[in-house]
Amino acid sequence: MCLSIPSKVVKVSDDKMMCTVDTMGVQRDANLMMTEEGDVQVGDYVLLHIGFVMNKIDEEEALASIETYREILEAMNEEERRRAIIDDDNCENR
Amino acid sequence: MRALELKNLYDDFRDGDTIKAYAKIIAQDAKKLKNPINIMEVCGGHTHTIMKFGLPQLLPNNINFIHGPGCPVCIMPKERIDHAYVLAMQEDVILVTLGDMIKVPGSNGSLQDARAKGADVRFVYSPMECLKIASENPTKTVVFFAIGFETTTPMTAVLVDQVIKQKVPNILFHINHVTVPEVMVELIDSRDEHVDAYNNRIDAFLGPSHVSVIAGSKIYEKFPKDYGRPVVVTGFEPVDMMQGISMIVKQFVEERSELEIQYKRVVNYKGNLTAQALIEKYFEKISLFRWRGLGNVPDSGLKLRDEFSEYNAEIVYKDILPIAEIEDHKLCICGDILRGMAKPQECTIFGTACKPTSPIGSCMVSSEGACSAYYKYGNLI
Amino acid sequence: MTKTITLAHGNGGEENNELITKIFYKHFKNDILEKSEDSALIEDGKLVMSTDSFTVSPLFFNGGDIGKLAVCGTCNDLAMMGAKPKYLTCSVIIEEGFSTRELEKIVRSMKKELEVNGAVVVSGDTKVVPKGAVDKLFINTTGIGEVQQSGISASALKEGMSILVSRDIGSHGATIFSAREGIKLESSLETDCASLYPQIQALIDAEIDIIALRDATRGGVSAVLNEWAKASNVCVEVEEEAIPVQEEVRGICEMLGFEALDLANEGTYLLAVAKEDEVRALEVLQHTHKSSAVIATVSREYEGRVILKSSWGTKRFLDLPTGELLPRIC
Repeated sequence: MCLSIPSKVVKVSDDKMMCTVDTMGVQRDANLMMTEEGDVQVGDYVLLHIGFVMNKIDEEEALASIETYREILEAMNEEERRRAIIDDDNCENR
Repeated sequence: MRALELKNLYDDFRDGDTIKAYAKIIAQDAKKLKNPINIMEVCGGHTHTIMKFGLPQLLPNNINFIHGPGCPVCIMPKERIDHAYVLAMQEDVILVTLGDMIKVPGSNGSLQDARAKGADVRFVYSPMECLKIASENPTKTVVFFAIGFETTTPMTAVLVDQVIKQKVPNILFHINHVTVPEVMVELIDSRDEHVDAYNNRIDAFLGPSHVSVIAGSKIYEKFPKDYGRPVVVTGFEPVDMMQGISMIVKQFVEERSELEIQYKRVVNYKGNLTAQALIEKYFEKISLFRWRGLGNVPDSGLKLRDEFSEYNAEIVYKDILPIAEIEDHKLCICGDILRGMAKPQECTIFGTACKPTSPIGSCMVSSEGACSAYYKYGNLI
Repeated sequence: MTKTITLAHGNGGEENNELITKIFYKHFKNDILEKSEDSALIEDGKLVMSTDSFTVSPLFFNGGDIGKLAVCGTCNDLAMMGAKPKYLTCSVIIEEGFSTRELEKIVRSMKKELEVNGAVVVSGDTKVVPKGAVDKLFINTTGIGEVQQSGISASALKEGMSILVSRDIGSHGATIFSAREGIKLESSLETDCASLYPQIQALIDAEIDIIALRDATRGGVSAVLNEWAKASNVCVEVEEEAIPVQEEVRGICEMLGFEALDLANEGTYLLAVAKEDEVRALEVLQHTHKSSAVIATVSREYEGRVILKSSWGTKRFLDLPTGELLPRIC
């Protein structure tokens, strides 16, 4: 059952058993009983599943992945640029 | 490095250009493959992404998907659905379960049919809603029909925990939680001597995303080690999946067989220990659980531990619950489809007797089943 | 057909169509009914007539209530045939114990909406039933309108035409789900419930030749596009990226596993025009909603089907929604 949503924690209850999360401007309450007490803080990104916080999202890893994708796109554009130049050099109509 | 925004967690992992870039990388690497490869995505959420984003249209011909049994609703055997039906029809029972379960047909019909006949059946977003239903209906018994893989099991455990701590007198549990690694083994090395395991086609696995968040990637170690099948634990956004597929292809090109994690932002080796402890406290493995379409899969089911028998609906209602095993339809070849030995279109009743609105086999029952997905998106893939 | 009627039969999608054709059309057969447009053209195409029942729960939601819905719903059905709403009936079935104050609030809502449409209620009926026989309040409205532009039809689409949507989609469905008990969401999202006739009048005044028009109620945008594809036997090719969806609606869809295309709307419509009229039509629409957009073209690729095209070159079929709309878990 994989439908789990990244959300941001905006409030933690006093007894630390519940929190409020925000997903694109929509807020709902979530249960913290599956995480270690005190582990989840306001501002953390978490995965939400059927009303529970499953886990925290590792921000560094997320940014690292995004960086990887950016590098791949840059490398690809570089390739296309080089090929366009070669094609142009080899153009027979000159 | 810039700060992470919530938008990034959605948009960047669905970016069209990144998807196209990975398609190119995969195509280049795939040229070096000695043989075509069949990748099984185990998890229903992955099947959904594949279909919704049209990923097969982006992959070269020598990379194929085999859609796995990753849908806990699809694999529920008829006799257990009949349990739910029988319990729902009891006058003093309120049967509570999660969404998709409502439509699955048993021998007498689905829970939707039971509801149309007057049974009190409620679907909830979260198991914790049972507490409110129970307190609002003190003269009734709430039976929570629990379904799901490792992702959802800890939530049921939390409910059990609260029912015991708060001394709630009218909630019982019917447990149908199953585990993923055992069925993965069954698919590539069946204990059933009638199953032709040598023709099994699965070459590698895209490991389920959120099962792994709970259980840790450690549960897949045996696949590359003992079975020579690479496993890449992958997120379920389309960029995640393209990256995961790319990692698998690279393993084959470089002749490696390893366990890797693509979904690094939430999955690690150990998993969620708090959740695992909760599962351990209240549940234990049962030696056999029948999976619709696959038969008995050893060690793949869970039940409430004996000391909690008073909360076990299967024990409390023992006298009225049917015990006969109900075979799948003769013409249903879901078992073969799940093992990658056949495709939905090869089934004689695909699209005719067996359709999403009148499903016969497990692969058609839920929108993540292979047959259901083919029925909806088939011509374009 | 199944032996008993299920909730799915009321979903506005596949099962609903089955119910209508196999039981109702089978016995009520006639030329006018078989056209299956939003409203029925009667009196040689001079008038249109339509009826609708409203059973929404909760009765009051962000941006509206069942009364506003009851007037908008029927008046919009008339407007979708290019007709000016003129006369309405109002029948109510009230559950014993219902609050008189709430009832008056709802009726006042209806009055306000009637004024927007320029229509009046000329006949009605009230019934009170014992507790439990209905869920608080059910309203039925039937309307008659005067055709201002004729020829608008779901069977009139041809290759090359453009399809526009009047505003961002899914707000009504998303608002209702987030207001229901058991799913507690806090958001500032509002229903799009609104009377559409003024916008249609604006299109007619701008001399846009309206080919087809339909509001995307039960079954959402998916249902309308599929109905058009089947009725005209054409292919509707949708650019997924072009579909306008509010951030919050996306959030609710993510959380509950819905597709915005399947969610009901009560003030959003689709418009088909010739390619040449596309720019002007969009201009008129944008006067009311900046989020209106061109979302699809008509082709002959796969006749009778709707195709969704992604921005990275993949395609999939968009089918009529089936089953109850339940939050997806898997």
